[in-house]
Amino acid sequence: MTAVATPQKPWAKRPSDRLREIALLLGAIIFSFVFVGATEMKGKLAYAFVFFAAYGVLTSTYAFISRGAPAAKDAFVSTLVSLGAVLTVVPMASILITVIQKGVPGLHLGLFTNDMSMATSTDPIATGGILHAITGTLTLVTLALVMSIPLGILTALYLTEIKGRFAGPIRFLVQAMSGVPSIVAGLFILSAVLYTITKEYSALMGSLALTILMIPTIARTSEEVLLLIPNDLREAGTALGGTQWRTVAMIVVPAARSGLMTAIILGIARIAGETAPLVLLTGGGDKVNPNPFSGAVGSLPYYIWRSFNAGSPEAMTRAWAGLLVLMVVVFILFIAARSLSNRKISK
Amino acid sequence: MIQTPESEKTMSSTTPSSLASVASAKAERSAPTSAQGTGLEARGIHAWFGKNHVLSNINLDFAAGSVTALIGPSGCGKSTFIRTLNRMHEFIPGAAMAGEVLLDGKDVYAPGVDVTKIRLQVGMVFQKPNPFPSMTIGENVLSGLKLAQLKVHNKDELLESCLVRAGLWNEVKDRLDAHGGSLSGGQQQRLCIARALAVSPEVLLMDEPCSALDPGSTLRIEETIRELSDSMTIIIVTHNMQQAARVSDYTAFFLSDGGPGEMIEVATTSEIFSKPKDQRTENYVTGRFG
Repeated sequence: MTAVATPQKPWAKRPSDRLREIALLLGAIIFSFVFVGATEMKGKLAYAFVFFAAYGVLTSTYAFISRGAPAAKDAFVSTLVSLGAVLTVVPMASILITVIQKGVPGLHLGLFTNDMSMATSTDPIATGGILHAITGTLTLVTLALVMSIPLGILTALYLTEIKGRFAGPIRFLVQAMSGVPSIVAGLFILSAVLYTITKEYSALMGSLALTILMIPTIARTSEEVLLLIPNDLREAGTALGGTQWRTVAMIVVPAARSGLMTAIILGIARIAGETAPLVLLTGGGDKVNPNPFSGAVGSLPYYIWRSFNAGSPEAMTRAWAGLLVLMVVVFILFIAARSLSNRKISK
Repeated sequence: MIQTPESEKTMSSTTPSSLASVASAKAERSAPTSAQGTGLEARGIHAWFGKNHVLSNINLDFAAGSVTALIGPSGCGKSTFIRTLNRMHEFIPGAAMAGEVLLDGKDVYAPGVDVTKIRLQVGMVFQKPNPFPSMTIGENVLSGLKLAQLKVHNKDELLESCLVRAGLWNEVKDRLDAHGGSLSGGQQQRLCIARALAVSPEVLLMDEPCSALDPGSTLRIEETIRELSDSMTIIIVTHNMQQAARVSDYTAFFLSDGGPGEMIEVATTSEIFSKPKDQRTENYVTGRFG
């Protein structure tokens, strides 16, 4: 008779290991309270600092006693890495929590159906809304996408597929452009287009500046994605009698599809919260403006900026609510782009 | 057609005598008599990568409907040579070549030749299976038609006949909508063969098509090669002597002694494996070097 084998995990931590870990953790916490209490240090930061130092020392000492020097180093570096991770997550979580806490009181149903044309920023929260800002932001982002997706991806295709004589200088320029401050893009459109040609605020002007900011992000990310497509596929397509353009259009781009979508998402992320060029170029109206090519148009970042400047408690609440909505809008755009890119592949 | 004696079907060791007998046994099969497909002639082919001269003065005729194996140690220019035949050589930056490749008597490098048409006539199967990841199995097979913008009357019929000829139909007929990547390595390679067949090439180049495959898949592909040789000219690069002995009518031995690769000898496969003229060929096919 053979013994019945039961699935086990001999590598898993045993209860005694867990107890020891909790004891070390508790020790570090108690030590940090005692130490901070006994010395002149004050504040949350002091607790966190002393706790991490104590935890690092305790775990590495324990590891040294039980398993020797390499294990001690391992434990010490583990603590260091967790510290880094916590330091990264804390501000992000803090931002998220603050925005939700301060934004939720400003939410009401009318927010999404009204604009600010019949209300001033000192009116009670329940009057007025940010419909003009939401539609404005969507218009600006859509227009910018319409312009920058073709330009950005074609640039990337030039750099990776055609590899023409100008590939070097263009790559350099695109990299340099990705560092252009947004206010410079705004001033450029202001002086080159708005003052000389259209002579009025419009969503188009704002999105032109956003396009300048977005193209380098899309082009550079797309280039990296296209470089990851194995050359085998290009050769296979060519060897089947495809011209270069058909091979790229039918094989390379579809293979890079989800990566290109990521490039577009990063592009949206770059511009969705952009404020400076919009202050210069869109005029920031209080009314829903259905015409993207003429007239002032509001946007969420502009609304937030204006509301904070107004300074009254109601305006502050409005600004926080606007921030919350902006974050949700960006989040929705992300999810939409993600699901678009996954649709065909998961079939 | 193939009259392989019973004893050699189970052959597995690489002794010279067994290779020679495999080759000679196979030579009894109908030699390329009926001129099916289109012949190909390489005249004085040289190839360079940058300043590096990798192939020197290769002259080889491939009779219509024949199977020719190119053997030789790694780095002797076999792959480079077959890539000059369908003008895939120029795909590599810094590549250069000299000489003529006559397809049906016309130089494929002549000015004004439409290179995409050449590649339709001279198909290619690569060393690594490379199905298109964004396409289903069916779409992969028919991708050549879309790439080259060819029209066919009955796509389903073509799809089936290509997969049947590549020996893959029975395994995939119920999941033509699955992705090419879901197949095993051997199946993927046969899918790539089916894909190459769909545009009905007259010459098929195979660059070590079985190097990444298990013996079972290799056997299937060798059967496929034998069947295909009735309708097209096949040139196969292989490091597997037994494979060369089993599938080819002619064998050419390439060698590089540090300089550019040269063709040492070409003859019928049974001759190369039983009484090669050149000592270096004998050393190679008997496994004494390389």
